[in-house]
Amino acid sequence: MVQLMRRRRAEGTESAQVEETASESKTRLIDAIPIPMGDPLEALLLSNGGPVVLRDLEFESAALDGLRQSGVELVVPLIGQGELLGALYLGPRLSDQPYSTDDRRLLGSLASQVAPAMKVAQLVREQQAEAKERERIQQELQVAALIQQTLLPKELPAITGWQVDAFYRPARAVGGDFYDFIDLEDGRLGVVIGDVTDKGVPAALVMATCRSMLRAAAQRHSAPSAVLAEVNDSLVPEIPPAMFVTCLYAIIDTGAGEIVFANAGHNLPYVRSNGGVIELRATGMPLGLMPGMSYEETSYGMGAGEVMVLTSDGITEAHSPEGEMYGFARLMGRVGKKTSEDDMLNEVVNDLEKFTGPDAEQEDDITLVVVKRTSSAQGAASTFLPLEGGVPLQDGGESEGPQVLARFSVPSEEGNERIAIAKVTAAIGSLALQPDRLERLKTAVGETVMNAIEHGNEFRSELDVEVEVCANDDTVSVLVTDQGGDKLIPEAAVPDIEAKLAGEQTPRGWGLFLIEQMVDEVKSTSNGGAHTVELVMNREGAL
Amino acid sequence: MESVFEATVSRTEDGSVVVMSGTVNRAAKEALESAYEEAASGPGKILMDFRGVDYINSTGIAVIVGVLAIARAEHRAVGAFGLTDHYREVFTITRLSDFMTIYDNETAAAAAG
Repeated sequence: MVQLMRRRRAEGTESAQVEETASESKTRLIDAIPIPMGDPLEALLLSNGGPVVLRDLEFESAALDGLRQSGVELVVPLIGQGELLGALYLGPRLSDQPYSTDDRRLLGSLASQVAPAMKVAQLVREQQAEAKERERIQQELQVAALIQQTLLPKELPAITGWQVDAFYRPARAVGGDFYDFIDLEDGRLGVVIGDVTDKGVPAALVMATCRSMLRAAAQRHSAPSAVLAEVNDSLVPEIPPAMFVTCLYAIIDTGAGEIVFANAGHNLPYVRSNGGVIELRATGMPLGLMPGMSYEETSYGMGAGEVMVLTSDGITEAHSPEGEMYGFARLMGRVGKKTSEDDMLNEVVNDLEKFTGPDAEQEDDITLVVVKRTSSAQGAASTFLPLEGGVPLQDGGESEGPQVLARFSVPSEEGNERIAIAKVTAAIGSLALQPDRLERLKTAVGETVMNAIEHGNEFRSELDVEVEVCANDDTVSVLVTDQGGDKLIPEAAVPDIEAKLAGEQTPRGWGLFLIEQMVDEVKSTSNGGAHTVELVMNREGAL
Repeated sequence: MESVFEATVSRTEDGSVVVMSGTVNRAAKEALESAYEEAASGPGKILMDFRGVDYINSTGIAVIVGVLAIARAEHRAVGAFGLTDHYREVFTITRLSDFMTIYDNETAAAAAG
């Protein structure tokens, strides 16, 4: 009878029966008896290298005692690269004769053949186990990412006089960042940003629970502090130990322009006010730590042109290649800078990317919500529109119909066509139009929005110019709508430059002509008090 | 919103260069006409340097047409350089390039007679 004792590296032993002798009547299985690391028998087997007859041995060893009691007479070590990989245990020969020198030589030769194969098998098994573990972790991350992506908003609120943007980029390991927009009564909008400690599926599940609780509580309470207090009490018994959620909940009164918020240990919001950057403060414990917490409430009246920025710590705690942290001071400085594009969301993200460097692996989820009061026009009840930027809303390869890439509005103020150009450019970035065609479309968008601001809305800043960007497989369309009443949009005439240079005509009058020259098709429609001009550009030769 | 338009005049051996930067739109009218007048007070050809210009809209084209109208009345030749490919196309479509010579770069503009 033969018993193979197979040894795991770095931990104890295990065994497996591999063979029985021919005569069933005299066959008896030997129990799997491990040889613990450090046992004198291990040292002897390693130093001897060949089969060892146990009755010749005279030293104290638990393994030796165990083997003798089990009837083992001969141990054949399996040694690979100086390591005891396992051993063959043999009981008495069926003939009751002792093992001869030839027997031992044969078994030693057998062992020297088996040991390398065992070593290889051992390595393969370990690699398979590692691969399985990696696959398990990957699957868990995919599940977590799916939960997160399913629950994050697919649309942005569209409110007259307000512009709401959001950015979310998960880290490779999938953190627990989330944000949400909640449509409330009376033209109010709830805005949530939060971060669950921990990563992976547990964090994603807590995020899902927390989001549901917030949505339910937001409909029951009108005060953000009461919403957070209720969610905290509900979350405490549900959340795993050592996990908690930082969260900021703000309610925007879109008519009056007032923002009221409460904060459960989340990053404080910054406001680029008309008088500089302000940090808005409100204190409160993170959610899920202990019941019965109360939350401070702070309010701020947003003026036209002012911007509130909500962030997660993935931004402030990002590091440069030199190990410097991005930090609150840099974020505050960035928020305070007003550029000609005035595109806060992309400017913060670009600044962060510049700081961390192009090859940096993202350490944590990055979430950014930007709320701008574009004009003091009364906000209407929110409608929700698809998120801007690329073609993320594509659904299962159905691409025949036009797809809305972005929808936004700009107040009717001089120069705002530049904002529209920047947003349209960002929205169609993934379509890879040829550079010359992109430039032409940008000029056409600028001229059309400028016409809408000047001639349609007559520079009335309380009126917005609405812009929608769509694409299908063949074309990209930009629709520009003003509130110009029943005024007809004139036909584009070819300007007479000789007459203009001679002073016989005004030097102006290039806009409509340029628009028609820049794009492949221009359509104009009126619907009640609104005019819409649609610019169509073929996607031929897209890069 | 837009970057502020600025125009300065520099003298060269055989004329003047109106060096522009920022956005050319209706707001640029006064500064550009003033720079043109300064350039036109000296002898030789007048070149418009667009290298620092980031955006030209139709109201800016009207401002340039206004300056060309003044130049035409004064029988002064005006050239331009530093335009992007896109604005070269716009100047062609609007026929501005029929009334001001567009050069590939400053060297070509300076070398032209």
